[in-house]
Amino acid sequence: MSSKPVEHLDRVIIRFAGDSGDGIQLTGDRFTSETALLGNDLATLPDFPAEIRAPAGSLPGVSGFQVHFADHDIFTSGDQPNVLVAMNPAALKTNLADVPKGGMVIVNTDAFNERNLQKAGYEASPLSDGSLAGLHVHEVALTSMTVTALKGIEGITSREAERSKNFFALGLMLWLYHRKTEGTLAFIEQKFGNTPSIAEANTRAFKAGYNYGETSEDFAVSYEIAPAHLAPGRYRQITGNGAITCGLIAASRLSGLPLFLGAYPITPASSILEELARHKNFGVTTFQAEDEIAACGAALGASFGGSLGVTTSAGPGVVLKSEMVGLAVMLELPLVILDIQRAGPSTGMPTKPEQADLLLVLFGRNGESPVPVVAASSPSQCFHAAIEAARIAIKYRTPVYLLSDASLANGSEPWLIPDVDALPSIASPFATGPNDGDLFHPYKRDPDTLARPWAVPGTPGLEHRIGGLEKEDVTGGISYDPDNHDAMVRLRARKVANIAADIPDLEVDDPDGGARILVLGWGSTYGPIGAAVRRVRKAGHEVASAHLHYLNPFPRNTGDVLRRYDRVLVPEMNTGQLLKLIRAEFLVDAVGYNRVRGLPFRSSELAETITALVER
Amino acid sequence: MSSGNGGLIPLTAKDFKSDQEVRWCPGCGDYAILNAVQGFMPELEIPREKIVFVSGIGCAARFPYYMETYGMHSIHGRAPAIATGLATARRDLSVWVIGGDGDMLSIGGNHLIHTLRRNVNLTILLLNNEVYGLTKGQYSPTSERGKVTKSTPMGSVDQPFNPLSVAIGAEATFVARAIDTDKKELSEVLRAAAAHRGTSFVEVFQNCNIYNDGAFDFVREQKENRIYLRAGEPIVFGDRGVRQAEDGSAEVVDASTPGILVHDPSHVEPSVAFALSRLTFDTVGATPLGIFRSVARPAYDEAVADQIRLATEQRGEGDLKTLLHAGDTWQID
Repeated sequence: MSSKPVEHLDRVIIRFAGDSGDGIQLTGDRFTSETALLGNDLATLPDFPAEIRAPAGSLPGVSGFQVHFADHDIFTSGDQPNVLVAMNPAALKTNLADVPKGGMVIVNTDAFNERNLQKAGYEASPLSDGSLAGLHVHEVALTSMTVTALKGIEGITSREAERSKNFFALGLMLWLYHRKTEGTLAFIEQKFGNTPSIAEANTRAFKAGYNYGETSEDFAVSYEIAPAHLAPGRYRQITGNGAITCGLIAASRLSGLPLFLGAYPITPASSILEELARHKNFGVTTFQAEDEIAACGAALGASFGGSLGVTTSAGPGVVLKSEMVGLAVMLELPLVILDIQRAGPSTGMPTKPEQADLLLVLFGRNGESPVPVVAASSPSQCFHAAIEAARIAIKYRTPVYLLSDASLANGSEPWLIPDVDALPSIASPFATGPNDGDLFHPYKRDPDTLARPWAVPGTPGLEHRIGGLEKEDVTGGISYDPDNHDAMVRLRARKVANIAADIPDLEVDDPDGGARILVLGWGSTYGPIGAAVRRVRKAGHEVASAHLHYLNPFPRNTGDVLRRYDRVLVPEMNTGQLLKLIRAEFLVDAVGYNRVRGLPFRSSELAETITALVER
Repeated sequence: MSSGNGGLIPLTAKDFKSDQEVRWCPGCGDYAILNAVQGFMPELEIPREKIVFVSGIGCAARFPYYMETYGMHSIHGRAPAIATGLATARRDLSVWVIGGDGDMLSIGGNHLIHTLRRNVNLTILLLNNEVYGLTKGQYSPTSERGKVTKSTPMGSVDQPFNPLSVAIGAEATFVARAIDTDKKELSEVLRAAAAHRGTSFVEVFQNCNIYNDGAFDFVREQKENRIYLRAGEPIVFGDRGVRQAEDGSAEVVDASTPGILVHDPSHVEPSVAFALSRLTFDTVGATPLGIFRSVARPAYDEAVADQIRLATEQRGEGDLKTLLHAGDTWQID
């Protein structure tokens, strides 16, 4: 392959950054795919503005994609990039502070003209004023070399030629890290094959970038990262929303219920609607509703009819669904509500992750209306979280919230594809006949699960009416009886609380059993906490960690686990929501680590916080 | 609760009465409508278990409790949305939505118009009494301007909706109107509404004898003001008739005037139906009743089912294993 010297690395973090029209996400995706195929463990984090095309060259218009890959298992997309690929001055300016001393910066010098420098707020070019001192800077004329490489292709405008520069950059980076090129060449053919001139342009730009790395004296060495020792099996790369899509379809199959998705487009949940709409041959119905309320209502209506009703949204849509979730609590029908959390309040920062909807989904309804809450912890774990949310909803005839967030939704990692045949059934039969002599009582409960019978329209003899008015116990008739209401409120609460007996215990990672500090997390902090804990242990300290996948009810052993440690640290991307819950529920004097920056935690900041606690 | 009969033995109105005591105010127009609906149901020849009544909140929304069918009394305004999900997922059911003017045109206005344009296979009965009854007498989105109520002691200042104009403007394929006490005509309209594939929208003038008594006396009591629309027949009532003026609007003229409109509810263009919907007590004192519009357009649920069928034909029934293994995969040994 290369005639240049090769250095072996155990892990690398690359960040691609450029204008939101520069094709950064595509470049990152392709690099990731080639990396996955080489067997490295990896994690990615796209970071892009909500605006589709912010003004070109501006600071708000910068789109980024970070990929972390290694010869061992890793937890996160990485704190600080070892390599920054900056397609213009704005991309350099917004990302430079994250690159540690000694890091590598590859810049597209063609974009460093006066106009772009001005737009990025640079008075002098950072390439010449010494502001990149201490970094390995590679100045590459990406645009002009791309244009030169594309000379002679018919039907390509100079603008289109310039647009292929991301493939030049991709080619260069694949050479630099010893990735293969076949997959990308096939991808170009498949994606752009309908426009042969564009396919040709991208192919040439890609090869030119690869060859530039090989021949340019600027790049003296290339790097190799050996495959990681991951569990054996077949893998694919998957995003959180992709895994949720697969999980929902799997839940439909495992329950034998047709999947009905009601949704209204909203960032960062829309891709679940889009992806499910492509899988109608699984009997999936996708209903793009007039609003969030109707999306949830239609899903509940479909559930009444015997479908697996699901609705997807993010915080600003979830607040609108509250009344329908309350009705589902009263009707005791299965419903899965996905909240792909993003930074709030209100519209907040639509593309940025946050964990601040926990208390909303737990308590954001009128009256006493308990709802089980499941939280996904990594992109691939979203698959099992979706099945689990559906299982609980179906078995206990209840709405269930599934929490994910923007970083899980768009982030990706390798996924050991599960054996379909080994996935357990989550089916729960419909009512088929009377349950009290000749009578049918729609609220006569299963003594174990406290779930009521699910009698779907079309079943002869079980005609009944349900609604949002308080029910008489057993018969389901309308009741204003004070004691009945008190009993029903407690029954509904007990039904949800009893689910604790049907979920796994909270697992504690405490290898030597001597830790005095427990780090307790939930949701997407799983990765950063895992990486931080590993660092702290490497430094010779003992620390335990546990991650909650169930926020309501908590696993039965949660209190015991928390009380076993001198100190419990709860890192959250909110101002202390789980912290408040566990302090209230278990009287544990836990402390929080809370940042709401619209970014995942850095494992280094968590490691410092844990270390400070351990050393105290 | 009696057992279903699978449609083998002919049902009667009695079979559609549930064991719940009807709790509307004595004298409420809803009683007459309930009787008409229960009386008409056997004609459908659909087994009870295949019929679902969905409602929102309000006086009219208590309706499902009194029907011995499947039913859901849901949330204020949301019945069309819930029914859309049910009717789309379960094409074998006969789904009915019942609500009042506040329920459907105020808090649920958005769901109503989108349901109508989609043309989901539903029958929507809007029981219009031009007032909020359950909350005890505030003005509603169909109350006439200047309406003095508890919430508008100096009279309401907003322009009301004309429910049929809203429905026609929202691309409804079936639009009709009837009067609560006019059982024969109401049953006729229900019959046609139930037979229509797609969303049928029926406004029923319903007297609230407590908070808005006599609101429809001009046509409920003064029968000479009833303009019965009959397909293929000239639109005449007594010695008066309806023709289209030069500006496209409908006007009431002497029945002997040339150019009296011949009613054609199946006309694809909704302009004439819309013009007819503008004939009200306020404009001419007389009011058309019956079917304004009934046109064929593919129903939403049908189109959704077609796409599922087509996708399955083209790609075969989905295989979970194939789905999970889609895209680039690699083996680690």
